[in-house]
Order: sequence, then C-alpha cells, then structure tokens
Amino acid sequence: MRTNDVILQTVTTIVSFMIILFSVQLFFAGHYHPGGGFIGGLMTSGALVLLLLAFDIKTVSKILPVDYKLLIAIGLLLAVGTGAGALLFDVPFLTHAYNYFNLPLLGKTSLHTAVIFDTGVYLVVIGVTMTIIQTIGVSE
Amino acid sequence: MTLLHWAIISPFLAAILVPFLYKKLRSIHTGWFVLILPAVLFLYFFQFIRTTSDGNAIQKTVEWMPSFGINFTAYVDGLSLLFALLITGIGALVVLYSIYYLSKEKEQLHNFYVYLLLFMGAMLGVVLSDNLIVLYMFWEFTSISSFLLIGYWYHRERSRYGAQKSMLITVFGGLSMLGGFLLLYLMSGTFSIRELAGMADVLITEPLFLGALILVLLGAFTKSAQFPFHIWLPDAMEAPTPVSAYLHSATMVKAGIYLVARMSPVFAESGVWLWLVAGFGIMTLFWGSFNAVKHTDLKGILAYSTVSQLGLIMSLLGIGAAALHYDYLDENIYGVATMAAVFHLINHATFKGSLFMVVGIIDHETGTRDIRKLGGLMNFMPITFTIAVIGAFSMAGLPPFNGFLSKEMFFTGMVQVLEMDIFNLETWGILFPVLAWVGSVFTFIYSMIVVFKPFTGKHQPEKLDKTPHEAPLGMLISPVILASLVIVFGFFPNILTGTMIEPAVSAITTLTVDDSHIYFWHGFTPELFMTLGVILFGVLLYTLLPKWKGIYNTIPEKFTLNSFYDSGLAKGERGAFKLTRSYMTGFIRSYLVYIFTFLIGILIVTLVVKDAFVIDTSDLASIGLYEVIIALIMVVSSITILFAKSRLTSIIALGAVGYSVSLFFVLFRAPDLALTQLVIETVSVALFLLCFYHLPPLSRHEERMSFKLGNALIAIGVGATVTLIAIASYSTKLFGSISEFYIENVYEEAGGKNMVNVILVDFRGFDTLFEICVLGIAALGIFSMIKLRMTRRKEG
Repeated sequence: MRTNDVILQTVTTIVSFMIILFSVQLFFAGHYHPGGGFIGGLMTSGALVLLLLAFDIKTVSKILPVDYKLLIAIGLLLAVGTGAGALLFDVPFLTHAYNYFNLPLLGKTSLHTAVIFDTGVYLVVIGVTMTIIQTIGVSE
Repeated sequence: MTLLHWAIISPFLAAILVPFLYKKLRSIHTGWFVLILPAVLFLYFFQFIRTTSDGNAIQKTVEWMPSFGINFTAYVDGLSLLFALLITGIGALVVLYSIYYLSKEKEQLHNFYVYLLLFMGAMLGVVLSDNLIVLYMFWEFTSISSFLLIGYWYHRERSRYGAQKSMLITVFGGLSMLGGFLLLYLMSGTFSIRELAGMADVLITEPLFLGALILVLLGAFTKSAQFPFHIWLPDAMEAPTPVSAYLHSATMVKAGIYLVARMSPVFAESGVWLWLVAGFGIMTLFWGSFNAVKHTDLKGILAYSTVSQLGLIMSLLGIGAAALHYDYLDENIYGVATMAAVFHLINHATFKGSLFMVVGIIDHETGTRDIRKLGGLMNFMPITFTIAVIGAFSMAGLPPFNGFLSKEMFFTGMVQVLEMDIFNLETWGILFPVLAWVGSVFTFIYSMIVVFKPFTGKHQPEKLDKTPHEAPLGMLISPVILASLVIVFGFFPNILTGTMIEPAVSAITTLTVDDSHIYFWHGFTPELFMTLGVILFGVLLYTLLPKWKGIYNTIPEKFTLNSFYDSGLAKGERGAFKLTRSYMTGFIRSYLVYIFTFLIGILIVTLVVKDAFVIDTSDLASIGLYEVIIALIMVVSSITILFAKSRLTSIIALGAVGYSVSLFFVLFRAPDLALTQLVIETVSVALFLLCFYHLPPLSRHEERMSFKLGNALIAIGVGATVTLIAIASYSTKLFGSISEFYIENVYEEAGGKNMVNVILVDFRGFDTLFEICVLGIAALGIFSMIKLRMTRRKEG
C-alpha cells in the first residue's frame, strides 16, 4: 500500500524550481562570487534527486527524458572544445578570451569563454551524479 | 661484411632453408643438403693455415653498435683457426654420421638440423669473435641450441631433465662470464680481446681484476664441465649420439677451454689464474676418471671420460701460464704444457668423436648401451671393434696412437711443476703430478672397459632385442676417418706442429714458438716411467676390477653432487614458495601493514638522518574560540568512529566530521570549498547508508572493532609521522607563495573576481578538465559494474 504524499509532492514541485534557479544563479555567478560549475551542477542534481524522492524514477524519467550518460559526454566535449578552440587562434590550449558587450536587456556584460568551459563542468557533474543515483536506484 | 663474416653466419642462414628442404624434398634425407655447408666451410677455413702458420692473423670488423664499442670483429689466428677447423671438420663428419643414424621416416629431421646448424654457427661465432659481447652472444646461442639438441626427444622425461640441467648450469656460467666481461670493460674501456691482452700488465693492478678473473673462469668452467659443474654433462647424454659426439666431446665443451686459452694473455700474469685453472683442471681430471669407472652405460663412461680429459687440458693451460714468468730464459721449456694442451685438444676431438660414434653404432645395432648386457661383439662388428680399439687405446695413452704423445707431454708439464718456484708451486705443486698419475691410471681402466666389455667375453643374445651385425658403410665412414686421423697424428705428429699447434700456442702464451717437435722417444725420462706405471697398475686394477668396485658404494647417494643439485633445486623452489607464502598472505590488512610500516620507517629515518625536524613558532596565527570548538567536535567524532559499536553510529560520526570540515572552510574563508564539501558530504553519507542497508545479513551483527596492538601502534605511528612532517615542513618554508600573482591578475588578465573559480577554469583549467574526466569514468564505472552484474545474474 502506498501512502499519499500529496504534501511532499506539492512542496517538491515548488521547491525544486527554486533550487534549480538557485543552482543556475550559483553557476552564472561563479566567476565573480562563490559558486561555479561544480557546485551549480551538484545543486541542480539535488533538485532532481528531490523529484526522485517525491515521485518515482519512472515518473521523473517521463518528465525529463534525459540520458544522463550523454550529458557527461556533452560536458566533456564542451570542455575539450573550449580548450581546442583556442588552438584555432594560434594561442596555447585552454587560453580563454573575454570582452565586455552591451547586450539588450542586460546592459554592459562580460562574455567569457570560461563560461563555456564551466558549462562543460556543470553538465558533467549533473550527468555523473544522476547516473550514479539512478543506476543504484534501479538496481535490485 | 666480408666473406669471413658471411662464413660465420652462413649456418644461421642455412638453418632457415632446412625446413623448406625437409618439406619439399621428402625423398632425400635432409642431412645430405646440410652436409655441404660444413664441408665447404672446412675447406674455406683450411686455406687460412698458410696465413696463421706464418704467424699472421686476420682481423675484419663490421660495425654493429659502434657507440657502445660493440662490433662484429672476426679475428683469425692460430687458436681460432684450430677451433674453426675442429668445428667444421667434425661437424661435417657428424652430419654424415647422422644421416645414417637418424631415420628419415621416424625422426623430425628439420628440427634436428636446424638446431645443429644454429649450434655450428654459434660455435664459429664464439671462436672467431674478437669482441667480448659478440662472443657472449654466440656463447649463449650455443647454450640454447645445446639445450634444444639435448631435449631433441622431448617426449622422454630424462631428456627434458638433462636439457634443463645443462641449461641452468651453463646459463649460470654464461651470465657470470658476462659480468666478468663488463668488469673488464669498466677497467679498460674496450671489449676487444686483443686490446685487453695488450693492457694485461695494467689490468692486473686494478681492484676489479680478481672479480673479472673469477667470473670469466666460472663461465669457462661451467661450459667445459669442470668440477663441480661437470654434473650436467652425463645427463646431456640423453641427446642423440651424433649430438653427444659433436657437442659434448668435440666442440661445445671445449668452448670453455677456448675461453681460458683466449683469455690467458689477459689473466695469466696472475698466480690466482694459474692455481684456479690448473687446480680445478687436475681435480676434474681425477674426479672424472675416477667416476667413469663405476658406470655401466657406455655413454655415461664416455661422458665422465670427457669431463676428465677436459680437466686434463684445463690443467695444462693453467700450468702453461707459468711460462709467462720465465720468458727471460733462453729456452722456454715451460711452454710444453700449453703445447700439450693444444695437442691433446686435437687428439681428444679425434678419438672421443670416434668413440662416441662407435657407441652410437653399438646402440643402433644392438638396442642397448649397457655393458652388462653386451659382450662378444667383436665377431659381429670387426670394423667397429677396430675403431674402438684405436680410440680407446689412444684415450688411455698407449703407443703408437696420438694419445700417447699428448699424455707424455702432459706428464712432462706436470713434472715440471716441481721445478717451478713461483706461487707456492714448490710446496703444494706436488699434488699435480700425483693426481695426474692417479687420474691416468683410472683413465686406462675405463678405456679398457669401453673396448673389452662390449666386444670381448661371452655373447648374450637373450639380453638383446636385435641380432647384432656390422653397421652400414655410411655410418662407418666418419669414425673410420677420425680413427685414421688418430693413427696419422700418432705417427706423424709433426705435420701438426708447424701448421696448427705452434700458431695456437703463440696465440695463447703470446710468445713466439718455433721449431718444436714431438717425439715418440724422449729417453729414460720420468714421464716414461710414469706411463709404464700407468699401464702396469691399470692392467692390474682392471683385472681385479670386481674385487674393488665396492668402493663406489661407500659414498652414500646423498652426498653426491647430483643429489646436491637436485635437492638444492627442490629446496630453492620450496624455499621461494614458502617465502612468498609467508608474506603474500592474501589479506589486504597485511599489505596495508607493510605499506604503512615502510612509510613510517622511511619518513622517520629520513627526518633523523637529515636532521630535518624543526619547530618554528614565529609564523603561527593565533587560535580563536570557534576553531577550538570545531576541532574538539572533530576529535570527539573521530574517536566515536573508532569505538562505536554500531556501524550506523560510525557513519553518522563520519558525517559529523565532514560537516565540521566544511565549517572549518567557512571559518578559514573558503566559501566555494564549504559549499562543495557540504553537498559532497551529504551525498557520500547517503551512499554509506545505502551500503549499510544492503549489507548481507551474516555480517550484520554488530560488534565493536576488536583491538589489535599492532594496528594501534601503526596507526599512532602514521599519525605521529605525518604530524611531525607537517610541523617540520611548516617551520621551514623556503619561498613565499605564488598566490600574489593570482591576486594581482585575477581581474586584469582573466576577467573574473572569484579567484578560486578563475584558477579552476582559467589559470589551471587543465586540471579541471581531467578531474571531470575522472568523475565521468567513475560514473560509467558504477553504471557498468551494476548493469554487467545484472546481466550475468540473468545468464546464470
């Protein structure tokens, strides 16, 4: 018999979005404030774990039909790609470039290739955490 | 590459062709093709006699590894040529003999001739190389090909045993020899024997000289089956008889002799050399001849006889070294020992080769080599008997065969020892003639056994599988040639002196020898009376043989060298097994104990030896209240982990430690670390709980960790060591930190303000790249471990 977790599930739907927003904030703030790809990724997967706890694995994978192993690959590819991209401009591997732009809505913003690298880290961390938890969760 | 080099490696090239000839031309015995090569080589080397008998030498170099001083230098002088002629000449005869000895249908001839050709090439390489490393290379080739030939009938257990034994002993010697060569190189800077010989008087003063001498001699003694390394030779008799005749009488066992002769100019200045070579030689002579008498297997007798004759040659080479110290004399009479050695070397190759072939014929025609079963063969095999008489009488040292001449010269050399006044020869030197004489008596006895036991007496057809008859003509050609050489060299020894012996002797002693003659009649000299004594006592003892044969049983089997070797091997194996078992316990706990013990030992010893422990308190920050509190929490939780009764308590205490660490990060102003540590600690505690939940029920009963004093000591030791190292290294900071650079450049260069993150993704992004690789590998590892386990369970 399964108990009715209506409170848990309702709270989860709200809270998980807040956590995800917080993790995105942590991720983007990384270059100037505490945070970054690693902790951001962990936070995002924390939100996903919360979903897993409130609902079951099948439901979550229906909502988010993501193969997390693929995320690891994409993340690694982004990180290596950023590094290799530097070679095109005749500078050493993993040399980053940045500049300030005036973007609509955001105003003066710095755009930095390190963010792409960090995105790689972010995706890998999500992929790794979720792969581990899902695999262990599914196994008997 | 000159023709000479091609000649040396031609057997190797021919060996490649043999299997094709064997497969394609099955109707013709493969041996006929092989026979061409040694015959041609013999003729080729024969033409060098003109050069060497004039006292000249030929040296041709092909660069191989010039930067290491290793070059394929072929060097032909009297000594090399003598051996090259023996190898190719007897090689040709043995191949001819083997064509009739080995059946075309039953034997794997391609294997046999490939091994034999490998061996022939290797032997030629050994005797014709001037470079020590090249010599060593060919030397090991002879060991390997001999191993293969002894184990030719590999389905027999005794063959495999003999092959292994000879391999172990000769390779042991070979490696020692390599060590000796390297020492020589260290002293002189050259691998060339000729250059080494030129430096002999300098070398003898070097501290490494004695080591090099002993190591090189070890190589020579093991190869030439000198006491106590002779034990492999009798067991090598499991090889086919052509192999025994070729390798184990005429060529390979003389490689050691060659080495001693070749290295004489380098080492012979030293008294140690003289005593070792002559002493071990005479000991081997006595022991080999003494043991030969007790054997009933004809090949066993011949094996021990070979051992004994090799000892004879070796002792002569040793005594010959004394001649170097008397070269101021007008007539160098002491050169006779070296001359006798060379002469006997030739003689031994001829008569021992023929005797082995005779034994092969007996074996082939009667099916046994046991002298207790054989008898009265004289009537069935008159030609074989004649050859046996010639060979054996020559071996016993009877006139008019060549053995008599070299035996006389041997006695001359040994008697002269008494007149020498160097290296304590005037006192203990008396042993040489005495042992030589006793050994010769036994030599006489076993020679008579070889001839008279199988050929005379009563024929016992009931003990034989076949009816004996004379061997086919082809099988007799080789022994007949060898036996006629025995007679020719016996009657006309002086055809050898100028052409072969003198050049060889001058190569060994570095003295010019000329006008030496070998005579049958020396007058009434001590040698003559010694020979007469040998014959007298030999006949007496041979007739009384059954009466005193019992003395061989007085030595218990346990104390023989063979059982010493066998038990040594077994003990070594068992010891290694026990040793490995004693420390490779299979418990991770033991290995951790070793690792940590070594860690403590090495670090503490280094601290003490280097006097590196320093305490410097000037640089320490003050300690706040929060730090003390968190530290106390950590200590308490750590102790809880150790002494908790329940695993759950330990896991939670571990979590407490982790969270305290993250608090420390907060305190020490590391927000990124604090955040990460918090999340990671949560995840890992969750994983621990998962593991705990899935523990199998058997091991789930809770009990406190048992106390082990050893573990406690090691744990305290490691803790103390690491603390000491930490204190010491903090107190001795040599340079300032490079963090100033990051602080200055984090915004200017990298466009960021979070220094930790900028270092992670920008300054040192390379590390991060591979750290996320590590994470990915871990995830995939966990995924595949769990998934694979599940599929396997399904299959099972």
